[in-house]
Amino acid sequence: MTGRAEDAAIIFEGLGKSFPKAGGRVTALEGIDLTVPAGSITGIIGRSGAGKSTLLRMVNGLERPTEGRVTVTGQDVGQARGPALRAIRRNVGMIFQHFNLLSSRTVRGNIALPLQIAGTPGGQIRARVDQLIDQVGLGPLADRYPAELSGGQKQRVGIARALATGPQVLLSDEATSALDPETTQTVLELLGRINRDLGLTILLITHEMAVLRDIATHMAVIEAGRIVESGPTYDIFTKPTHPTTRSFLSGVTGTTLPAFVAGRLQDGPPGDQVIRVTFAGTHATDPMLARLATELGISANILGGAIEEIGTQPFGNLLISVPADQGDRARAFLETHGLTTEVLGHVR
Amino acid sequence: MSANLIPLLWEATLQTLWMVAVSSVLGALGGLPLGVFLATSQRGELLGAPWINKILGLVVNATRSVPFIILVVAIIPFTRLIAGTSIGTNAAMVPLTLAAIPFIARLVENAIREVDQGLIEAARAMGATPLQIIARVLIPEALPGITLGLTLAVVSLIGYSAMVGAVGGQGLGDLGIRYGYQRFMPEVMAAVVVILIVLVQLVQSLGEWIAARVDRRAPRNRGL
Repeated sequence: MTGRAEDAAIIFEGLGKSFPKAGGRVTALEGIDLTVPAGSITGIIGRSGAGKSTLLRMVNGLERPTEGRVTVTGQDVGQARGPALRAIRRNVGMIFQHFNLLSSRTVRGNIALPLQIAGTPGGQIRARVDQLIDQVGLGPLADRYPAELSGGQKQRVGIARALATGPQVLLSDEATSALDPETTQTVLELLGRINRDLGLTILLITHEMAVLRDIATHMAVIEAGRIVESGPTYDIFTKPTHPTTRSFLSGVTGTTLPAFVAGRLQDGPPGDQVIRVTFAGTHATDPMLARLATELGISANILGGAIEEIGTQPFGNLLISVPADQGDRARAFLETHGLTTEVLGHVR
Repeated sequence: MSANLIPLLWEATLQTLWMVAVSSVLGALGGLPLGVFLATSQRGELLGAPWINKILGLVVNATRSVPFIILVVAIIPFTRLIAGTSIGTNAAMVPLTLAAIPFIARLVENAIREVDQGLIEAARAMGATPLQIIARVLIPEALPGITLGLTLAVVSLIGYSAMVGAVGGQGLGDLGIRYGYQRFMPEVMAAVVVILIVLVQLVQSLGEWIAARVDRRAPRNRGL
């Protein structure tokens, strides 16, 4: 995830954060180097406590780094104070897992809040709020209170509110984690549309790989306060290198071995060879296993798998077993046709 | 009850209402800002002034630990300084207000501390100043709680106002003691008690009605 500084919306450089605690300090983040490309949707995934929330909150100065720098559209956030920091915050919208809407204000009132805070004149606020309500599709609900809205509607209000001051960057703090899968999809679609239409850079944190698969162009994996892997989402999904990434992936890409196989897996023969085949790009749509059977006469046993889209690119993951003595031939054939294979072991 | 007691009860009711009204308004004027400050000035909070917070907290606690009847008598010199006299209805408003301020301050502080921290974070992320957060987020969101707190304070002041007879404060409580108790007129005592119950009931109902009107935290049935 590198690029020239002018192409970057957010740059983390040697960023670290530690908190004082009885008998020393606790390190929340350490040596974070990450560039968020302008116009990208970049996702950071990590388990709870990995430090992803702290990392996100440094972008708008809700937390200050104890080491290193965070730069947002060229401005050093950690050094900014008072009016300078507030100006940066108006350029960085934020949405939250629990929406954080004012219960005392209607949809309209909630969206107007950041504009009132910025001192926008009343007439302009009304016009802008109407436009935002339209943009997120909340028209008939403009005068409702948050308590009368569903989770997805509340998050739309949160998104409209975050966009009110016309920011260049949007931070999303687990924005879909409190929503059901269907609502999550509609909110992700809205975020994707905003990203395309407004050229807005979105930095989101999540613990769900599916969210990254659906909208992130770039991603980073954070573990115990360090970034262990980062790059374009497609590359990481198709060629994960770190065990943490693999473990996150196992849930969404069908790479988990069925229990009845996993329990009997051993390092060497005898037994059928279990192979993970990764399909990327156009190969995902080729009938490779059929060709394996017709061209080499090797019949593969399918143990599990899935084919899906990352962004708009197809990507598949298949677990097969073939007779041990034909494993090498099968793999060579698949590799020559642009697929990636990995031997997981042998099973009786 | 003889007919000439009616004007007496009416006058005493008006005196009580007047004392409670003035001391409630003054108490709220002092208690609201103090409560807001107490709720936002601990270490790491919006106004972050931990020392002033501690000192004010101690003053509030000290005032609240003095029984009201003692407070009335103990501050007579101060009352004279403010009201020009130490007896009468106007003088009685001084201790009533002085008791109301810390009481209301604590109730307001509690109401504001109930506001979800996430809202403060959201407002900070929007670039709000601490004062904007207080005025546009904390107070509006705490309004149902503040309203119920003020209701409780007014009800307590109605009770307190019965004690200011000790400094010639007049009002219903004073009437009840002087006529009902000292002159053995139980019908006056009964009338005073009934009027006090009605007053408290009215204040409580009004307070709850207003609190419900400003409370938008739960969905409301919308008529078709």
